[in-house]
Amino acid sequence: MSLFLRQARAVFLKDVRSEARGWDSLLIMTVFALLVLVVFNFAFEPGGDTRAAVAPGVLWAAFVFAGILGLERSFAQEREEECLLGLLVSPLDRGALFLGKWAASFLFMFAMELLILPVFVVFFNAPVGGWLLGLVGVAALGTAGFCAAGTVLAAVAGQTVARHLLLPIVLLPLIVPVLIAAVEATALLLAAGMGSDGGAAVGLGGWLRLLTAFAIVYLVLGLLLFGRAIGE
Amino acid sequence: MSRKLAPWQALASLLALVSVAAALVLALRWAPTERTMGDVQRIFYFHVPSAWVAFLCFFLVFAGSVGTLVGGRRGWDILALSAAEVGVLFCTIVLVTGPIWARPAWGIWWTWDARLTSTLMLWLTYVAYLLLRHYAADARRRATLAAVVGILGFLDVPIVYFSIRWWRTQHPQPVIMGGKGSGLAPDMALTFLVCLVAVTLLGAALLLQRIRLEYLRDEAYAADLATSDLEADRT
Repeated sequence: MSLFLRQARAVFLKDVRSEARGWDSLLIMTVFALLVLVVFNFAFEPGGDTRAAVAPGVLWAAFVFAGILGLERSFAQEREEECLLGLLVSPLDRGALFLGKWAASFLFMFAMELLILPVFVVFFNAPVGGWLLGLVGVAALGTAGFCAAGTVLAAVAGQTVARHLLLPIVLLPLIVPVLIAAVEATALLLAAGMGSDGGAAVGLGGWLRLLTAFAIVYLVLGLLLFGRAIGE
Repeated sequence: MSRKLAPWQALASLLALVSVAAALVLALRWAPTERTMGDVQRIFYFHVPSAWVAFLCFFLVFAGSVGTLVGGRRGWDILALSAAEVGVLFCTIVLVTGPIWARPAWGIWWTWDARLTSTLMLWLTYVAYLLLRHYAADARRRATLAAVVGILGFLDVPIVYFSIRWWRTQHPQPVIMGGKGSGLAPDMALTFLVCLVAVTLLGAALLLQRIRLEYLRDEAYAADLATSDLEADRT
């Protein structure tokens, strides 16, 4: 494996080991996502029709808000033990640092999503079927792009005085394409799963392409800009 | 630098003053009243040029951000922050005049169609940029941090626009604007052109003023440092 990938793996494993000591990030993200699902269910009338229509949006709202928490924690932890300074002083490729942190953020957020999906199915009385596998795929793609943008911006926002408030403000406008595409794709899959469109999720390809394009663009931008963002 | 900019700023301000005065006369008095919408349509003469100026400013933010990361000279950062402020100003004008026009003309304040939603996202992106600048405590890092966000934000604009447009084709809304190919009467076209020039010159004048102000601040700060005895004054 090239040096670059080995370095990225080292950073990734560091973050995973650190998380495995208490599972704080995963715990907080999952509980918060659960709360978002609950709050939204209070916000809408408990009638059957509205539920199916809002379900995809509510799910992704939960993922996005919980994901932001996870991103913040990922950098808060670096700041606490002067860890970031240590990383910067080492001859670590900045792109590798980005990739490693991205991979760790992705893993934790994706794990949270897998935990939340059964709860989602229960709350919204969604059918259990093959469409859920499609949803897992959409979640993975969306999370990849979200974490790519989020990792860079968490580094940026982390250097301001209003860090907890600033990350959502800066991140959310940028990830609107992910939100739109993920919600639309989820809605199409859900409709296919409920059999209301004959089982064919027409138009899904376009949304998947958008999610993929976004993820690629932001991974590339992240690799290029992360070094400057954390302080070169 | 502020001294070099002074004559340009004065010239731009003068041109802006003259052209905006002319634009106001043409748009509010001279141009014929629109047949279906009435006088409220006159907002269009300032609404559309403001959008154009806002987009231009946001491109300048991108240019300034790239310049900051590549070269590192203060001038690029000043361009970025000034263009962001002026851009947000004109984008706000677009988002405020739009509903004012839409309500009497089409009966609704707002709709989530592609154009409006994209403009709102643009506004939110650059407001976030300004907030980031405001809350970046370390002045040395501020330029770089803002530049990163400036680049990410601008490159996201086409992605945001297309995703919103695809989203709207999935859920079509009633078309309100009546299509762009409606064509303008010659008097209206002339008025529009004058207003376009006027608002652009106004934007340029404001931009130059803001840039010069930032240079003046830098110079004042440097002068203050030079005359101050205490190093501890530096924050």
